[in-house]
Amino acid sequence: MFGWEFPPHIAGGLGTACKGIVEGLAHNGVETIFVMPKASGDEDQSCTTIINASDVEVRTTSTVASDCFSKVQFLQVDSNIVPYVEPEEYFQAIESMKRERRYETRIGFGQKFNFSGKYGANLLEEVARYAQVGGTIAVEHANEIDIIHAHDWLTYLAGIAAKELTGKPLVVHVHATSFDRGTDDMVDSRVYEIEKRGMEAADRVVTVSDLTRNIVINRYGINPDKVFTVHNAVDFSGKEDIQVERGIKDKVVTFLGRITYQKGPGYFIEAAAKVIKRTEHVRFVMAGSGDMMEKAVMQVARFGIADRFHFTGFLRGADVQKMFALSDVYIMPSVSEPFGISPLEAMRTNVPSIISKQSGAAEILKYALKVDFWDVDSLADDIYALVKYPALSRFAANQGYQEVNNIKWNSATAKLKQVYQSLL
Amino acid sequence: MEQRNSQVETSISVTVMKKSICLYFEVNQPTRLRTYRFFDIGKDSHYYDDFACRTNIHKASANCYLPMNNLLLNAINESNGAFKLAFSMPGTVIEQLDRYEPAVIDGFRKLAGSGSVEFLCETYFHSLASVASEHEFAHQVEKHRKILNDYFGVKPETFRNTDLIYSDNIGEQVHKLGFNAILVEGAKHVLGWKSPNYLYTHDTIDSLKLLMRNYSLSDDLALRFNDRNWNEWPLTAQKYLDWIKASEGEIVNLFMDYETFNASAGNGIMEFMKDFIARAVADPEIEFVTPAQAVRNFKAVDSISVMQPESWSKEERDLSAWLGNELQQEAFNKLYGLAENLYVLNREDLWMDFGRLQESEMLYYMSTKYFSGKNAVQGVSPYDTPFEAFINYMNVLSDFIIRVNNALEEM
Repeated sequence: MFGWEFPPHIAGGLGTACKGIVEGLAHNGVETIFVMPKASGDEDQSCTTIINASDVEVRTTSTVASDCFSKVQFLQVDSNIVPYVEPEEYFQAIESMKRERRYETRIGFGQKFNFSGKYGANLLEEVARYAQVGGTIAVEHANEIDIIHAHDWLTYLAGIAAKELTGKPLVVHVHATSFDRGTDDMVDSRVYEIEKRGMEAADRVVTVSDLTRNIVINRYGINPDKVFTVHNAVDFSGKEDIQVERGIKDKVVTFLGRITYQKGPGYFIEAAAKVIKRTEHVRFVMAGSGDMMEKAVMQVARFGIADRFHFTGFLRGADVQKMFALSDVYIMPSVSEPFGISPLEAMRTNVPSIISKQSGAAEILKYALKVDFWDVDSLADDIYALVKYPALSRFAANQGYQEVNNIKWNSATAKLKQVYQSLL
Repeated sequence: MEQRNSQVETSISVTVMKKSICLYFEVNQPTRLRTYRFFDIGKDSHYYDDFACRTNIHKASANCYLPMNNLLLNAINESNGAFKLAFSMPGTVIEQLDRYEPAVIDGFRKLAGSGSVEFLCETYFHSLASVASEHEFAHQVEKHRKILNDYFGVKPETFRNTDLIYSDNIGEQVHKLGFNAILVEGAKHVLGWKSPNYLYTHDTIDSLKLLMRNYSLSDDLALRFNDRNWNEWPLTAQKYLDWIKASEGEIVNLFMDYETFNASAGNGIMEFMKDFIARAVADPEIEFVTPAQAVRNFKAVDSISVMQPESWSKEERDLSAWLGNELQQEAFNKLYGLAENLYVLNREDLWMDFGRLQESEMLYYMSTKYFSGKNAVQGVSPYDTPFEAFINYMNVLSDFIIRVNNALEEM
């Protein structure tokens, strides 16, 4: 299994999902070896064996990897291709690159490469190197493995190289696509190309929702017969319910996530303005940071609701839990969301949620309220209802809590196992 | 036409004999808000970064207030009171000085007692109350009058508004509050062809006199003294004095920030000032006047109409530095929306927070002028971006609104 990150050191949701998957697979009797670019050594290895690609010497040559290198060298010049990167991280990545003066681009035979394992400026270069190292690892473990499983485009090339060198079947797991990262007319073609290649080379494509499955079929032209949906689950073990003293008597409606186009922050603000005009005793919070933050602040000021609409900036760790605990309604108005784990976390904290129909989570959550992301009137209606009608919010909170507690990786990975078995 | 010509001629003949310099320094230190999180709303109602406030007061005292107060007091004594000037400082600054640097208060008391220093009245908080609410404006002016009397034993006659914000309407309010003179920015768009170096009156109220700031000569010190690219650099005391003497009119109003004189700048501006005062006092063609004396000594030559508020801020000399964008307008409207409730409640603790939240700097930090999106007031603002300034301010204001509403419920 090729991944990019694994808890505890994670930047996004991918690592968390990978952990859930290997644990669920272990429960279903499937053993895994998890390869990641840079392991720290404190990962939980009770359910999987972790291989740190930074420790591996390159002993093979794969056409995929070397073919890709010719492209990577010129791709690397432009570094504006970084998904999921906070401005601070971006700065650090650039600075560390300058410091280390890592300009040589090819690892020779018998050399190791020290991956950063982040989503930094030289991401494409790392992706290509990971493919080189991935091939070597697959060959070394060829007689232990039956299936090669690659998570998201970052690892697809490694997956292809491994398949090429070992002949084992390849499963690529689509957690997100380029269409969830950019807007329709602003897709990173270099990433798209890697994605498409991975999906085409794969024997099976696993998507995290039917929404993503449709994108894979329609936008990447992949044969529907080999694309299967395995919805994500969420592991709540180890998360304690925290008690927070509330300073505010008003109801709190929360948006939590990157403030960027795909997450639909503008629709949240519009709905907030409508609700605030009609009712008192409600406040809105936008937690997070992102490229649209300044625009969002301006929009709030223009609507004249800044005394009831608050920004927290980027929240970490315990503050995220605290924010959920302070919320009465959780909103995820995403324009495009392959899955979207955050409403599950909110519901787990007894917070009723409203999510966009354009999210993968909407396919499995019965007790979340659902609206089209663009339908701010409906969104405002639902917010008003959850704030004003206690019977509804109690019902949604109680049922939602039950519901998300029953979404388990064990059953999700049972489906994944079936996908594997179809290849053996 | 005939009459006006003759009037100008007479005034010129007066000025050739003697030119008056009216010197005024603004003393101000903005209150700093602490980083106030959303999570603090409703729980913690202390809004200020007391450490930063104290540090700023200490710095300003060491670099400017203490040495300058000394320098000016010596100049007054050495000239037997011929050297005169005026000061103003918001009530919040007096409070902070009293708390952190009482020696500075002593210095100002000595200056006040010398008979050569006039203390001007302004709003108790460095606020925009004059353009927001007549009621609130009057309230802050009365409060400031009281603290001037309490600390320095003076009864102010002349008014100066925050950053010299002035309009006909503000003039009317000031007159109603019992002042007969006000300091005004001598902005080009207000004066037109007229010279700032005369006394003027309000558009309709003859008994309210306007002293127009000579921004060119004032900014030679306040802005350009340090500027090595300025073709007049370095400025010497005699050169500056010659410019003043050569300028048209009766009275040259030099109004500037007290911290123009900063020992840590290392540009010798304090020595310059000492030299300048000595030369000016010795010069038979020059005399110093305070604003109140200027009003007594001179006749107004004309009235000035100011329909839209003007100020001494930057090039535009209007209100756009504080109310130029949507963020600033939103904060301003939400804040002053509370004014009526404050009168109903009439509680001192709420008044004080309400007043500090009105400080113009808090709006200034939200300015997006000159650099779109980036911080336009870098170096001055404690925030990285105007957006951060806005978010932090609105969090504080949200807590304050909750307190006001709770207090109303308790009534």
